[in-house]
Amino acid sequence: MSEFLISITPIDWLLDPLTHDFMRRALMVSALVGGVCGLLSCYMTLKGWALMGDAVSHAVMPGVVVAYALGLPFSLGAFVFGVGSVALIGFVKQKSRIKEDTVIGLVFTGFFALGLVLVSKIKSNIDLMQILFGSPLGISRSDVNQTLIISFIVISILIIFRKDLMLYCFDAKHARSIGINTGILHYLLLTLLSLSAVVGLQTVGIILVVAMLITPGATAYLLTDRFDQMTLLAVISSSFSSILGVYISYWSDIETGGSIVLVQTLIFLIAFLFAPRYGIFKNQSLIKND
Amino acid sequence: MNPIFKSHEKDFMRIEAEQVCVDYNGTVALYDASLNLKAGSICGLVGMNGAGKSTFFKALMGFVRPSRGKIRINGIKVNQAQKEQSVAYVPQNEGIDYSFPVSVWDVVMMGRYGAMNIFRIPRESDRRAVVHALERVDLLDLRERPIGSLSGGQRKRAFLARAIAQRASVLLLDEPFSGVDVPTEKLMAELFLQFRQEGHTILISTHDLNHVRDFCDFVVLINKTVLAYGETSEVFTSENLNKTFGGIPPNPLSGPTSSKDFVNE
Repeated sequence: MSEFLISITPIDWLLDPLTHDFMRRALMVSALVGGVCGLLSCYMTLKGWALMGDAVSHAVMPGVVVAYALGLPFSLGAFVFGVGSVALIGFVKQKSRIKEDTVIGLVFTGFFALGLVLVSKIKSNIDLMQILFGSPLGISRSDVNQTLIISFIVISILIIFRKDLMLYCFDAKHARSIGINTGILHYLLLTLLSLSAVVGLQTVGIILVVAMLITPGATAYLLTDRFDQMTLLAVISSSFSSILGVYISYWSDIETGGSIVLVQTLIFLIAFLFAPRYGIFKNQSLIKND
Repeated sequence: MNPIFKSHEKDFMRIEAEQVCVDYNGTVALYDASLNLKAGSICGLVGMNGAGKSTFFKALMGFVRPSRGKIRINGIKVNQAQKEQSVAYVPQNEGIDYSFPVSVWDVVMMGRYGAMNIFRIPRESDRRAVVHALERVDLLDLRERPIGSLSGGQRKRAFLARAIAQRASVLLLDEPFSGVDVPTEKLMAELFLQFRQEGHTILISTHDLNHVRDFCDFVVLINKTVLAYGETSEVFTSENLNKTFGGIPPNPLSGPTSSKDFVNE
């Protein structure tokens, strides 16, 4: 393997995969999904919704299975169960004395278990491994179209309501006091979360999609004190991780989802250690100049 | 620069609360609370923790729906008044995430959101309002700084600037003097007096009686209901304060109780 890697030039390393149709598709979809999830991850980390992201991404499992079995677009099933799980979490929290994090853990594991049972019971050509771990290299044309449509919807909404959602995360009380309907923003953000989980699970799978929804935001948060810069950095680092992850997966023949998330985690680690202002080894002169 | 109030705002009481009752799942937090505040007045809302101060505040801001009674701001319903940007709320320092990636300028600009279109793109007039507000609280030089890098007093001033930028006629301030340095306290006291002259109405929720004595024209003493309300000099008697902070008040709804029985706000 190592001799093989030495024998190719960096240009070949970059261009060779592009000669394959499936690789061009995988790279495009992964970069797009990375961008969408990266953008949303800023709101998730600032709002403190990491656990909610984990919950929704796992809860879409039975929806995917049911949609496949009924021959519907899997994103539809995933969306219904994603939003449904959130509604159920809200309902159980309101009607019982159980604390929210417990309710979240309870609901998403229940949904996830239901998904596993359904996969084993509904005899079809659903590949459990594909749902759990994603398979951007084997993504079909119809899946590409679904991803494009959902990504367009999520990005449009996030651009239009960028400031409102930022204000909602920062100071929901002020948002309410100036006449903004924060109830709608709350459910809008949850809907975007479900949609992003749906596109994210195609590239990295259900188990790792939560990484796409929090890691880029966390990385960017360590690098800047400006919201706009944070979203930009999150999108760039997330898309870059996806592309690099797919390349590494192609050349080293390793699992793609794991490869993408590992690159993201490494970038986070670098920011964690060396971020100019908030890293472990921060630039002291920068702090003093303040 | 005087804020330009809409014409109908002059003719009404700024804040009218009529026998407002609020309960949380059957537990009474506030009953029969009435209040009338005219334009150009500063009023202190005084009571112990859990006495219904925050509940009354939340009701005035439309965050909780009264089970009985009615509230009008400038003669119209609370949610309509909010849409017209008539009510500004200055939060307690504790309620804000100060590691949020926004600058002082960004925070003050949030006061203008309600007046902007759906994309919230600032116009020249919005920028001018923000500059003006920052000048009044003496923070213009720090406008590019992240909100988290400010001192406690500066943070409070930034949120006060947000309320100024909003150009609301009614200001609701939650514990404005907690964790504030002496220069900020002085600046705030001066600002409040200017606001009053400009015709604003300010309602200050506090448990600090000295500040109330110093510059509140009116005071409302709260313990599950309005115990006493009127001009500060008349209401601030030892008997009234005893009722507010010491003795157990009569409670027609659930008999004598201690404040512990009520929901912790």
